[in-house]
Amino acid sequence: MISAASSIDALQEALRAHPQVLPRGAGTKPALSTPSGLTASLDVSGLSGFVDYDPAELTFTARAGTRVRDVDVVLSAERQYLPFDPPWPAATMGGIVAAGTSGPGSYRYGGVRDFIIGIRFLDAGGRLVGGGGRVVKNAAGFDLPKLMVGSLGRLGVLVELTFKVFPRPEAWATLRAEHPDLPTALEQVRRLARGPIELDALELHPSGTLWLRLSGPARTLPARCERLARAVGGNAELLDEEAADRGWQERREFAWVPAGADLVKAAVTPSRVPALDAELARAGAARRYSRAATLAWIAWPEPRPVTGLDLVLRRLGLTGLALTGRPSSGLLGARTGGAFAQRVRRGLDPHNRFPGV
Amino acid sequence: MSLQLLLRGLASLYPAARLLTGSAELAAYESDALTSFRARPAAVVLAETREEVIETVRLCHVHGVPFVPRGSGTSLSGGSLPLQDGIVIAMNRLDRILRLDPDERIAVVEPGVINRRITAAAAEHALLYAPDPSSQTVCSIGGNLAFNSGGAHCLRHGMTSNHVLGLEAVLPDGEVVRLGGDSLEAVGPDWLGLFVGSEGLFGIVLEVTLRLVAAPEAIHTVLATYPSLEAAGNAVARILADGLLPVAMEIMDELAIQAAASVVNGMPTVPALLIVELEGERALVDGDAERLDTAITASGALTTRATENPAERAEIWKGRKSAFSAVGRLAPDYLVQDGVVPRTHLAEALAAIGRLSSERGLRVANVFHAGDGNLHPLILFDSTESGALEQAEDLAGDILRLCVRLGGSITGEHGVGVEKLPHLIELTPAEDVELMCRLRHAVDPAELANRGKALPVVRTAAAA
Repeated sequence: MISAASSIDALQEALRAHPQVLPRGAGTKPALSTPSGLTASLDVSGLSGFVDYDPAELTFTARAGTRVRDVDVVLSAERQYLPFDPPWPAATMGGIVAAGTSGPGSYRYGGVRDFIIGIRFLDAGGRLVGGGGRVVKNAAGFDLPKLMVGSLGRLGVLVELTFKVFPRPEAWATLRAEHPDLPTALEQVRRLARGPIELDALELHPSGTLWLRLSGPARTLPARCERLARAVGGNAELLDEEAADRGWQERREFAWVPAGADLVKAAVTPSRVPALDAELARAGAARRYSRAATLAWIAWPEPRPVTGLDLVLRRLGLTGLALTGRPSSGLLGARTGGAFAQRVRRGLDPHNRFPGV
Repeated sequence: MSLQLLLRGLASLYPAARLLTGSAELAAYESDALTSFRARPAAVVLAETREEVIETVRLCHVHGVPFVPRGSGTSLSGGSLPLQDGIVIAMNRLDRILRLDPDERIAVVEPGVINRRITAAAAEHALLYAPDPSSQTVCSIGGNLAFNSGGAHCLRHGMTSNHVLGLEAVLPDGEVVRLGGDSLEAVGPDWLGLFVGSEGLFGIVLEVTLRLVAAPEAIHTVLATYPSLEAAGNAVARILADGLLPVAMEIMDELAIQAAASVVNGMPTVPALLIVELEGERALVDGDAERLDTAITASGALTTRATENPAERAEIWKGRKSAFSAVGRLAPDYLVQDGVVPRTHLAEALAAIGRLSSERGLRVANVFHAGDGNLHPLILFDSTESGALEQAEDLAGDILRLCVRLGGSITGEHGVGVEKLPHLIELTPAEDVELMCRLRHAVDPAELANRGKALPVVRTAAAA
């Protein structure tokens, strides 16, 4: 059953009309937003649009169903941006927050959890509640905006979100460097991450290829690119604008994921990448490592149930989240939160009006 | 609740030297940096191991006695103010840096470690622990987590919470949990993000994994003076409008400058000064420094001084960071406020604070994080005059109401504690407070952990 709502009142009504609901935005991450059994789907994509945006304030408030690409357009016009490259231009901002997904640009200034500053949501009882606010610093009350990052639509129905934004860089430049293998490339990643060059993005392919992005005033870029090329080695090559845009676009839309594969993100650290990569290679999974090898994007081949990856991640003590594929809470691998998570969830949703996390 | 049974249990857990019950010993723990509030606890334990902390919390739970964790006692909102019928768990002896891994860029530390020690340890590897509260030389990382502390450099680096990757904590009934991990990425609800900044209401942190970043190649600091506070405020708006992203933008008014001049040499005698700092890759800082210079010149600065000399920079920041303690020399007592306003309303807020100050006949010194809109009016008074504290508190309330009316917040980084609890209740929608109470009760039904701070006490009956 699907209920669509384009106003808060209608959402509240729909929420109360069903014993259990699961919110859905644009449906770009179907594993998380497709209900199973008797759970009703609550379509919030109609609740969209900017509520407030004062460029001088460097913050904006939008309804949860607002699309990422619409936010891009509005912010670009004021020479501002969300530096963390929210993945999937078609996704809703509510979906970005609920899934907790950040793109390559999160390397420099942080991800979605670092940019969200305020939130309004419907709790399990249909009450409109919230936390944080419209100012960039706020220590009054619990940090509910952060709690809702990664909440998977299972702690509340997101209604309105406030983000801080940064001035948009004047220009970008992308370098590609080819190292002979993953260990050599990982060593470069570690060195760069500890070094003085301020990278915008630092992406790693299992083959040993690095994608590096710089941003800033256009006139500073040529010299900075040269310096970076010397630092990174691997015959680093400056990509022309079209090739660069295509590469980043491909990442943002996950165009590299083979048809039929399930997309999974996993939290990693550089030192844990080799063991994970060996397992993924054995399983024939395409994969990319993002943000200086702290985030793995895994395309798990469809013939293999994702439970196989669950076991791999558990064995390595890693956590993962399935975004496409069969409906589930998405959580794979080791679990964190323990008794604290259980109690907070019970406090927010004592009658299981949302599916379990 | 049985305090006597708890004390008996604690006596078998701690040697006598680390279980304080005598009134002279307890006196030192009666208040924190919010000195106008005092309470003598029933006992103070000086924990040295995580096992002692866990067992102490468990005993408090069994006997229904509330507990207050305390690091260095630098809370400006009374976050570690004791309860008369409760105990204080002093955490400052759990002060080991357990691991610092430069390749993974993380530090694993115990909660009693002083903020500055982490920064110093990271610096040995050309890394930086970014959050730098003004009290960084004395405040503990456990307290920083509890209050999601800020500092002068959060404009670009964010607050403490943006630098915590994982933690281990004991919940108010003695159960131990791990939240987060050691990756920059996280999966599932951000339980860690909820725990950080919860003012001790969800339990006590036993171990923290912190994120380190590469130390900046260049740091460019500018000190500009202005003929008025308003002019300095407008300069901040101009710098932001120019698309610059400094790492810090701080303003001090005449009174705050006067106070700082008593502890630091070379403070100018002007109505307002602005400190702006750029940091990062050399080529970027050089380019931004030129643009910043143009913006500051255009903003009507009286004088500007730019430096990249570490000693000069340290001197500039010493003047800024000593302002709170220095203001203590201008009057016997002061209340520090921590309200936030939208950055575009900075000038309006400062003018209104000036008006309120003269209406009430109380001097107010202003020293604040202008780039974030985070004000720190210091209300000067003399507590020996009858009614003076109440007058100062009334003025503080007026200022916080003003902040909220302008679309801001009652606290940016000091937390609610006991001091701003009435304002939280007055100025936060009731359903939001109720939601937070529900979360608190789900974790701590008897409200044993830091009772009386951050949220209204609603279940004393359950705890009795």
